[in-house]
Amino acid sequence: MLIWWYIVQGFAAEFNQALSLILNGDAELWAIVLLSLRVSIFAVLISAVIGMPIGAALAVARFPGRRVMIILVNALMGFPPVVVGLLVYLMLSRSGPLGVLELLYTPTAMIIAQVVLVTPIMAALTRQVVEMLAEEYSEQLRSLGVSRLASVPVLLWDARLALVTALLAGFGRAIAEVGAVIIVGGNINHVTRVMTTTIALETSKGNLALALALGVILIGLAVVVNAMVSTLTLRAEREGLRHA
Amino acid sequence: MRDVVTGTPGVLEVSGLSIARDGKVLLDVPHLCLDGPGPTLILGPNGAGKSLLLRCLHGLIQPDRGRVCQNGVVLNAGHKARQAMVFQSPVLLRRSVAANLDFVLKRQSMPRALRKRRIEALLAEGGLDGKARQPARSLSGGEAQRLAILRALALDPETLFLDEPTSALDPSATQMIERMVLRASTRGVRIVMVTHDIGQARRLASDIVMMQAGYVVEHGAARRVLETPESDDSRRYLAGGLVT
Repeated sequence: MLIWWYIVQGFAAEFNQALSLILNGDAELWAIVLLSLRVSIFAVLISAVIGMPIGAALAVARFPGRRVMIILVNALMGFPPVVVGLLVYLMLSRSGPLGVLELLYTPTAMIIAQVVLVTPIMAALTRQVVEMLAEEYSEQLRSLGVSRLASVPVLLWDARLALVTALLAGFGRAIAEVGAVIIVGGNINHVTRVMTTTIALETSKGNLALALALGVILIGLAVVVNAMVSTLTLRAEREGLRHA
Repeated sequence: MRDVVTGTPGVLEVSGLSIARDGKVLLDVPHLCLDGPGPTLILGPNGAGKSLLLRCLHGLIQPDRGRVCQNGVVLNAGHKARQAMVFQSPVLLRRSVAANLDFVLKRQSMPRALRKRRIEALLAEGGLDGKARQPARSLSGGEAQRLAILRALALDPETLFLDEPTSALDPSATQMIERMVLRASTRGVRIVMVTHDIGQARRLASDIVMMQAGYVVEHGAARRVLETPESDDSRRYLAGGLVT
């Protein structure tokens, strides 16, 4: 009983310290948060630019091997992050094909790893959403003289709310990622240390206050992202923008 | 091309048209000539091939055999650009009412100011003024179908195909659609409309194409077909019998 009391007391003290780090605007903590946001937002935007047109093309175009490509993209969604980290590491390491760029252990390397992880999510979700919409619009757009190629921007625009949801899902995956970024980023203080890698490191060192503070912020971000998804879904339903 | 003397669009002619799937004839029309100035109504029970014929006339479906000609020329992209179609369930873009019309006008490279004036005129014609900024998908069934017709008319078509546009509407919404159709016909737009509503055929048709099980069983002036039908199928259908 006494041991349990000490544990609770200890946790409460660490938690209080964590809250004070957040509320007092601890410079180190907020630098880590900002770096995490910068890396993940960049990664998600690049993934959207690559993944959304791929997804739309898979939804609209008809070519041999399309089914195989869809299966491949769907399978890549579940690609283990540590394997992605390893592959990006091999590409960027000094002896790798892109070693000359000297990107290993930089935020750029972390962005590349996250792009590799998030792009299949963007492509797969976009394909799903656009394909459903294309089925509904197909005859009408052809009747209006819109070609298959010209229908892609129309479909992407009309699926915008669902695609923002995909964007937020991708951001959720990127910001919570730890395995790949720790391999290619190296978790270097003030350079490549992001929220998830710091939590892992500080927990192993026994510095629970900083780990808890970052955990609270990470959970907060998850709640905000989910709230945004719910709001968008509600708005879509209200305005009749949801897919049939 | 419109006929320069009467202002009506030219002759729409079908020859040797047939579609079969799994050995079952879905459509078999050796010859059909639509050359009257008033609305043509294609009448018949479900599964008679009415919608299939309409899609062939509009070039949305390629028949297994046969061809569709306009003024003796096989239907081409130029002809199709001067046709429009309204479907049984209106397919509206997930945009505002005005943006649905603007989408079509923009494709005609119409200047912005002109587009604005045209949209206002179209909305007034369809009784949708005041709803320009409303999301199109939140319109009632009748309003949505009126918007679909307005969008088709925005193409300034020579021929307007309508596939049972009032099948899910109440009498008052049906009346508004019928008025729009008659106004368009008066302006010289060839109307080809599918219905299984005998009353509607009586109210709108200048000539009637009676269909049954993929075949045209009768085609002639509306009054003649309705009052003295020549085929047994037409007689049974018009007498209110259950024709399957």
